[in-house]
This record gives sequence, C-alpha cells and structure tokens, in this order.
Amino acid sequence: MNPITPIINGLRITLEHLFKKPVTLQYPTERPKVAQRFRGLHALNVSHDKAKCVACYLCPTVCPAKCITVEAGEDANHDKYAARYEIDMLRCIFCGYCVEACPVDAVRMTGEFELANYHRSDFVYDKERLLEKK
Amino acid sequence: MGIEILGLPMMYYIAMVAKVLVAFVFVLLTVAYATYAERKIIGHMQVRLGPMRTGWHGLLQPIADGVKLFFKEEIIPSQASTFAYLLAPLVALIPAFITFAVIPFGGVIEVAGYKIPLQIASYFDTAAGRVFDINVGVLYILAMSSLGVYGIVLAGWASNSKYSLLGGLRASAQMISYELSAGLAIVSVFMLSGTLSLNEIVAQQSAYNGFNWFAFKQPLAAIMFFICSLAEINRTPFDLPEAETELVSGFCTEYSSMKYAMFFMAEYANMVTVCALTTTLFLGGWNGPMAIAIPLLGPVYFVAKVYFLMFVCMWIRATLPRYRYDQLMHLGWKVLLPLSLLNIVATGIIGYFIN
Repeated sequence: MNPITPIINGLRITLEHLFKKPVTLQYPTERPKVAQRFRGLHALNVSHDKAKCVACYLCPTVCPAKCITVEAGEDANHDKYAARYEIDMLRCIFCGYCVEACPVDAVRMTGEFELANYHRSDFVYDKERLLEKK
Repeated sequence: MGIEILGLPMMYYIAMVAKVLVAFVFVLLTVAYATYAERKIIGHMQVRLGPMRTGWHGLLQPIADGVKLFFKEEIIPSQASTFAYLLAPLVALIPAFITFAVIPFGGVIEVAGYKIPLQIASYFDTAAGRVFDINVGVLYILAMSSLGVYGIVLAGWASNSKYSLLGGLRASAQMISYELSAGLAIVSVFMLSGTLSLNEIVAQQSAYNGFNWFAFKQPLAAIMFFICSLAEINRTPFDLPEAETELVSGFCTEYSSMKYAMFFMAEYANMVTVCALTTTLFLGGWNGPMAIAIPLLGPVYFVAKVYFLMFVCMWIRATLPRYRYDQLMHLGWKVLLPLSLLNIVATGIIGYFIN
C-alpha cells in the first residue's frame, strides 16, 4: 500500500484542526452550563417555611447506596416531619431515585457539582445544609 | 587599521564576540520558546488551548518551567557511575549549540567601516575581497551532530537503570542508521554545489529567478534529509530513545532538576540546528527578495525559514504516532538508504549529461 498518502492526509487533518475553535473550558473562571435535569447536590424543598418532607421513609428505602438517614418526629400540630434528614455524599451515587420515589415532591437535585471538602464529616449533609441551597 | 592581535584587527574580535553572544542568546531564547510554541501548536491541533495561566496566554510558561526545574532536587542514583552521569547532560548539550558556529545566518554587514559576515566562524578578508569561512562546514556539522549521541548513550549507561540503558541503546542504533542516509542525502547537494562550505552553498542558491534552491533541484534529497534529521534528533515519529509508553522516559529516566532540563534544551537546540541546516542546504539559507541589497533582511529571512521548519517538526509531532523499532530500522536501512544511494547515482548521471 502507498504509505505517503495517509501521512499527507493526516497532516492535512491536523492543520485543519489548528484553526478550529478549542473546546477547552477555562474552568475556574469559565463555568459550564449545567443541563436543566442535571443530577447534582440534593436540596429539600420548602413550603410555608417548612420542609415538605413527611418522613415517609420511601427515599432511604429506594436508595441503592443506602446513603439517606431519616428519623421521624412529631410537631406541635401532631404532623409527622423529618426530625433528622442526612445524606452521605461520599456514598451517594446521584441516581435520582430518591427524587423519583418522593410522594410529596420534597427532595430535588440541583446543578451544584463542586462537592469537595476537607473533612469526611463535612460530606454528610444534614437537614439544615440541605435546606440552605434553595 | 587600529590595533592588531595575531594579524587580525581588533574589530574582528569584537565582531566575533558580538556574533557569538547574539547567536547564542537567540538560540537559547528560541529553545525556550520552542517548548511553548510546541505546546501551543499541538494543543490547538488537538482542539485544546495549551498553556494559558502563566502570563498572557501562558507566555511566561517557559520561564516558570525553567525556574521550577532549577529549584528541584538533584538526584544521583546510588548505583550510578557518578562521573559519567554528571558528564552526560553536558555532552548532549554542548554539540547541540556549537554547531551554530558555521551556519551563515545573513549576508555581510558593515559596522564602522569593517565588514562583518553574519556567520560566526568566518571573516571578511579585505585584501581578497571575499568572505572566508570553514571550507568543510558541513563535515563539521555532521561530526558535531553525531557527537550528541554520546551524551544520550552515556546517560543511558551511567544511570544504571534498564530503561535508561535501553533508551541509550536505541538512540545509538537509530543515530547510526539514519546518519548514513542523512549524509548521503547531503552528498547529492555537494555534487551540485561542488563545495562543502556553507557560505558558498548559500551563495549558489542566491539568484532569485525563483527556483535556485537546492530543495527544487534535489527534492528527494531535501525530504530524505529532513526525515533523517528528525530521526537523528529523536523527534516524535522517531522518539524511541525516550518512548514514554515503553521506557518510562528512556535515557533520562533517572535525571532530575537542571540535568533533565539540559537534555530537553539539547533536544530543542538540536531541532533548531537541524532546521537551520536544512534551511541553509536546501531552502536558500538567508536568501530572499532584496536580501543582498538590504543586508539586515538576510537574518529575517533565515529566521522565518527556520521557524517554518520548526513548525513543520511540531506539525509532524501532532500528526504521526511513534514508529515501532523494527519499522524504524526497516525505514532507515531498506527505504531511505537505497533511495539516497539511487539519488546520488541519478544526480551523477544527469549531471554528467548536462555538463
């Protein structure tokens, strides 16, 4: 086979690419546009200044990574609410099953993806931190 | 004419020192920024950006790299043979730079009534009215470029590491195979020029009725010489001595800090040298439109041609993957060597009938 033409073709292709616009994203200064249905950090939805969660235990049940801990409590109106709601981000696989399972639309996933931290304990998001990101 | 030392005017020595300084600093800067240019060009060819953070568009990157390497720890392996280990980077670096002594990078300029040819190892003899340079310039370059491999072999041997040794072995085998074809490719140029002096060779390509470059008279030799040169300086399609995928980093596996940087400087300086030599032999050297009328244009044309060839080197690096060892040997001994011999025979026959 003629060995020269492929080399010339290759050179032509690389030269064409030289004038293409680079796809690089200058990350810390330039931010990626997160897709609308991106599955990032969880957030607990709020309604009437309270978390919508009714502590039904469907999300910890469906969670394949077993990263959600819920403890139910009873408030002044004798309504069931989540006294404790924790998600361990080190175990979470961001599958979104918890969002799908929730009957009262209390949990959703945000576009937040920068989840690095300095301590292991910081990866366990408690109810307060999950509520913060509205 | 003023004070004379050893029968040569004072101006000769001043001009010589100035030429050496200018050429050395220029090559050094080119070497530093060749690394930057390479990263940028290959980056863009791969639809990336390349260095962007240090300085505007990463322009300070070579300086940052240099400073970083300078402050790194020097490591000498306990089982290495220290003297050869320390000597090797110097042996690699020095031949890469001293080749520039004979390469003409411009015509004759006149400073304060003294004519200075822009070629380090040459002077203008006023009595004879012409430039004298080393009349075996090409031979000198071939000698120096083959000295460079000693640095690599020494590094490979002295490191006392199997990867380094294999890298050194490959380098020597590769150099020997490709130097033959490179030398023979140049021979066909000598058959046309009838001289080994680089100054004369450039002068013969000067007439600008267009196609007086030896690249047009000897296209096959030009291409073969460039390919062989790439192999001799271990550039990418032939970078077997430091093949990362197989040999960690080849001959410089055990080197760190400035000694490692010296190998890299040698590699890029060799690239500059080879491009300058190809320019001189095949692309008309410093010749170009108006180059003789305006002497300062000569170096501009020369540098432009050299940079173009360096771009081609980087372009090839971005395009071609590394050859396998047997493919390398096959290409060297079974393709390039017979072709260069045939080229000499053809040149001889055609030359005989034309004259």
